[in-house]
Formats: sequence, C-alpha cells, structure tokens
Amino acid sequence: MDVMPKWADVILIPVISLLLAAIISALVILAIGEDPVAAVKMMISGSLGSTYGWGYTLYYATNFMFTGLAVSVAFHARLFNIGGEGQATLGGLGVAIVVLYIPWPHWSLALIFATIAAAAFGAAWAAIPAYLQAKRGSHIVITTIMFNFIAAALLNYILVNLMRPKGSMDPASAKFPKDLHLPTLHELLDPIGISFSKAAPANISFLVAIAACFLVWFLIWRTRLGFAIRAYGHSETGALYAGISPVRITMIAMIISGALAGMMAINNVMGEAERLVLNAAEGAGFIGIAVALMGRNHPFGVFLAAILFGFLYQGGAELALWTKIPRDLITVIQALVILFTGALDNMVRMPLERIFLWLRRRRAS
Amino acid sequence: MDFLTLIQVLDSTVRLATPLLLACLAGLFSERAGIFDIGLEGKMLAAAFFSAAFAATTGSAWIGLLAGIGASMMLSGLHGLASITFRGNQLISGVAINFLASGMTVLIAQSWFRQGGRTPSLTGDARFTSIDLPFADAVRDIPFVGPIYSDLLSGHSILVYLAFLAVPATYWLLYSTRFGLRLRAVGENPAAVDTAGISVIGMRFAAVAICGILCGIAGAYLSTALQAGFVKEMTAGRGFIALAALIFAKWRPWYAMMACLLFGFLQAVSLRYQNIQIGEFTIPVQLMDALPYILTVVILAGFVGKAIPPRAGGEPYVKER
Repeated sequence: MDVMPKWADVILIPVISLLLAAIISALVILAIGEDPVAAVKMMISGSLGSTYGWGYTLYYATNFMFTGLAVSVAFHARLFNIGGEGQATLGGLGVAIVVLYIPWPHWSLALIFATIAAAAFGAAWAAIPAYLQAKRGSHIVITTIMFNFIAAALLNYILVNLMRPKGSMDPASAKFPKDLHLPTLHELLDPIGISFSKAAPANISFLVAIAACFLVWFLIWRTRLGFAIRAYGHSETGALYAGISPVRITMIAMIISGALAGMMAINNVMGEAERLVLNAAEGAGFIGIAVALMGRNHPFGVFLAAILFGFLYQGGAELALWTKIPRDLITVIQALVILFTGALDNMVRMPLERIFLWLRRRRAS
Repeated sequence: MDFLTLIQVLDSTVRLATPLLLACLAGLFSERAGIFDIGLEGKMLAAAFFSAAFAATTGSAWIGLLAGIGASMMLSGLHGLASITFRGNQLISGVAINFLASGMTVLIAQSWFRQGGRTPSLTGDARFTSIDLPFADAVRDIPFVGPIYSDLLSGHSILVYLAFLAVPATYWLLYSTRFGLRLRAVGENPAAVDTAGISVIGMRFAAVAICGILCGIAGAYLSTALQAGFVKEMTAGRGFIALAALIFAKWRPWYAMMACLLFGFLQAVSLRYQNIQIGEFTIPVQLMDALPYILTVVILAGFVGKAIPPRAGGEPYVKER
C-alpha cells in the first residue's frame, strides 16, 4: 500500500524540492551581496519577456529534453547513464559527417539522415558500456564516466587532425553548407503571421524533441518492450522469472538512451553552431540528470523540467550580462536540484509520509 | 631521451601523481566502507579554492590547508547525510557534489576577490615550498644515484612526502588494526558488523570523514603547492582519474600508488611532448590523455584481471529488514 496519494509523489515532492533549491539559491545570492527578488525578475524578463528570450529558452530546453529523456529511459531500467555528454559529443560527430560529406538536395532530407546518424553514433557510444555491464559486469556508471572523457579526447583528435579545414587554427570542422540551414522558429512562425525573434537559435529540432517525448511515452507505457524495461527496473529477479533477459534489456535501454542523447546534436550542432566545435554539448548531458530527476522520469515531466532548465540557463546568461552574479549560479541551482530531487529525496519524503499517515489515521478514527 | 630528461619527466610524474594518490586513497577509504564516491573531484575543487583563498588572505599555507580540509569535510558530511542517513543514491549525491563545488567555488571566488573567479597569486609563505632532503646538494655530482636522490626524491613540498607516507599508513590502518577490519567488513557485509554490535552508520561516517580529509589535502596541494593559486575548474578531471586509479588498483593501497604513478607519468609525458614518434607511428597526445580512462574500462571489463568492488558498495544499510 502506498503511504501517499500519487499526486503527492508526482507533484508535491518535486515542487518542495524545487522550493528548497530556490530558497538556498536565494540565500547564496544574498550572501554575495545581490538582491534575489531583482535577480528573479531579471531572469524572468530576460528569458520569457520577449520572443528573443523565449527563442533561447526553447533552444536550451530542446537540448535538455533529449538528454533528460536519455537519462530517464535508462533510469526506467535502473541504469544510471551518466554518459549523456559523451554520447551527445559523438552524436555531433555523426551529424557533421553526414552534413559535410554528402551533398543533400534539401535541408529536410539532411535533417532526417543527420538525426539517424546522430542517434546511431550516440547509441554506439552507449552500447559499449551497456555490453560491458550486461556481459562483463563492469559498473555502468564508471564506464560511462570514462567514456565521456574518451569521447572528448577522440573528438579533439578528429577535429584537430582530420576534420579541421586546411589553414585554419581553430579546432573545428568546416562550416556546414548554407542551404542546409535548419529553419528557425522565426522562419516557421512567420508564414502563419506570428512574429518571432530572428536572432534566437530555437529551431525545428524543438518539434523533433517534442515528438521524441511522445515516442518515449508510447514506448515506456504502451509497448511490450517498455513494460519489460520497467519490470526489469523494478526487480531484476522478478523480470528474470518472467522470462525477460537482463542482457537484452540492458542493451536496448542503453542504446535507446544513447540514441536520444546523441540526437541532441541536431539542435546544437546542426541547428545552432552549423559546424562541429570542441565541447559542443556544453554540459547538457549532465543537466539531463537533473531534468530526469525533476521530471520524475515521465516524458511530460521531462518536457516541463527541460523548459524550466532552459529558463534557468537563459535567465542565468542574462544575470551574468547585467549583474555581478556569474553564470555559475546556474551550476549551483542545478546541483541543488539534483541533490534534493535525487540524493536527499528521502529527506523530503519522510516527513511528508508522516503527515499523510497522520491525516489518514485521523480520517479513520 | 637521455638520463637527465628522464629524471625530469619522473620528477614531474611524482608531482602530478601526488593529488591523484591522495584522492585515490580518499576514495579507497570511502569505497572500502561501502560508500561509492564519484564526488572526489568536487571535494578536491572545493578544497583547492578554500586553501588558496585562506592562504592568500592569511599568508599562511598551513591555515589554507586547514580551510581546504574543512571545506572538503563539509561536502563529505553532505555526502554522508544523503547516502548514509537518508539512504539516498550515492552516485547521484556524488554528481550533485561535483556540480555544487564547481559552481560555488567560482561564485564565492568572484564575490570575495573579484578577479574573474580566481584567487590572487600566492607568494612566499602562502605556498608550500619545496624541501631539500639532507645532503641533496652534496651528492648531486655522483653519477646515476646523485640525480635520482637530489632531483627526483628531494625538492618536493611536504605534502608530496605526506601523500607517499599515507600509502603505508593506509595499508597498516586497513589490514593491521581493528578499525581497518571493521571498515572493510562494513563494505562487504554490513549486517555481520551490525550483529557484532558495531555501528554501521558510525563506521561509514568515519570512512567518509577520512575521505574528506584526504581530498582536502589533495585540493590544497593543487592550489598551494603544485600551482600558485586557484583557477576555475583547476582539478580538471583529476578526481575521475583518481577514481580510475582506484579501480585499476582493485581497491588496494600499494597498487593504488602504482596506478597513480602510472597515470601521473602519462600526464607528465603528455605535458612535455605533444605527439610521440615511435618509428613510423605517431602517438597523438589525445591518446595519452585518454589512456587512463581506456585502461580503466579494460580493467573493469575483466579482460586483464577482474576488478571486483566491495560487495556492499553503493547500497544503503537498512537495519532489520
């Protein structure tokens, strides 16, 4: 029997955790001699107050949706994929190869195949740790951390020695062809009479990310495979007894997870930078952990949490621009969210459960 | 490569291996007691900042060291609170600690010193200076043995010697004392330790505290001995290399030293040479950077000997199931 009603688990606990994180962040802002209320106002107006702000918020949110979904699919199989960063890096490599070396007639074709390549590269990078976990018993958290570093070194090598255009000192690939530019939200919304900022980087990948949310929801809650993944996550022995192969589920869950993390590259590499640079993922793989925890591993929750982190990212950039608060405040908020929704979950949960038990006893008597 | 160059590379190996070794031993205590710790990086970073900050303000490297240990132990306490008291996920807690340290150090540094997230450069007594071992100058001219003694073994800061002395100390504590036996038991079979009337929670907190102290020294070494001051993200993944070394050493102290020296050597070589030519082949510098991680994956996969972690690692202890 559950002690708490479902809504308390799904809504109340994340909201309380978020509040705790917000209170501590406010204290941090106070401690460095700034005004938290003014800071919040500035963050809101900077990220949600204009279509330019929204364009950046949604651009960041697109990245976090992909990585958040990636972490949450692995979480459903009780696997902690901390390697989203490396998988997104490899996804970028996949996008760059497809876009640079194949002459595409139209951006839409290029986008489809770039997405496939990004997913394939990300999946491949996740498949090795998955295989080592499933077959050789090496801990997936450690291997995926190691694979993040190996991916960074590999990309560094490829950019410096293989993909860098002749005569360029910059460790980056050549610019992608102009006609493969992905339509931004401005270009998508202009024909239907909605004016949206031209300068903002949000692009059609945002719609791909929303589609991915739906697909993941369908996969996890409406298919046999999704059921097997969840069953394995709840109880490995139970799943084994039901004839579910742990090796198969570990491999499949991690491959889907890696594919989702890799697909992030269509947004940041193809949609924004339009060339492959070092450290293109910029930590989005790690923010996926916070997003998945915050969103309670549900695609809709991930969607909301990704928008929230998109808001924090754009708001944080505005703060760094106009006040003395460095952008690193966002890293602190991100850490606090991970801490309260992930590691200190019981600290929030235990007193709440006590309250609900007490309420129930009173109703019964 | 002639003999003197080799001595120079080995000398820088010792310097670079020191923070790895301290962090690796820190992780060893924690993980042997059943608490996984991927927050070594964050603890080192916090310690590096507070050591440099207090050393810069007070002018004493020793006060800096204490401040660094204090900061690292605060984070250790947080890790203990999350993973022992509230039985949370130890890995997630470690991730949170890494981000917390990464953000907070820059935030505090910026509001304290206003130098773009760094501390002022440390000079004089604010840094740990190198110590010359006795007769280092006298024996330098003796061929072969002289340079090894005077240039390789002598002339490091006191923290380097402390780190290498910590290896036998750890070995002794772990394998020859009652505390060590209990610590290892708590990581393998906490229920048995509990039955014997020893507090599992107490033992695990003790292990996490020792981990905090060692990470604190490691961080202090980075900012007040190896370099002169704190810069943003100065740990640069060393916490994870230490973690890799710990697995490479299969959670044993002497092997941890060997692994850290090996990884320190790789760092020293990739700092000194960019690409290495061996006959027809060129070893790119990126491969040298990635080698510790690749070796760890290979070891973890059990292709070269099997690395089996402490059995109760990562699982919170629940009394009376």
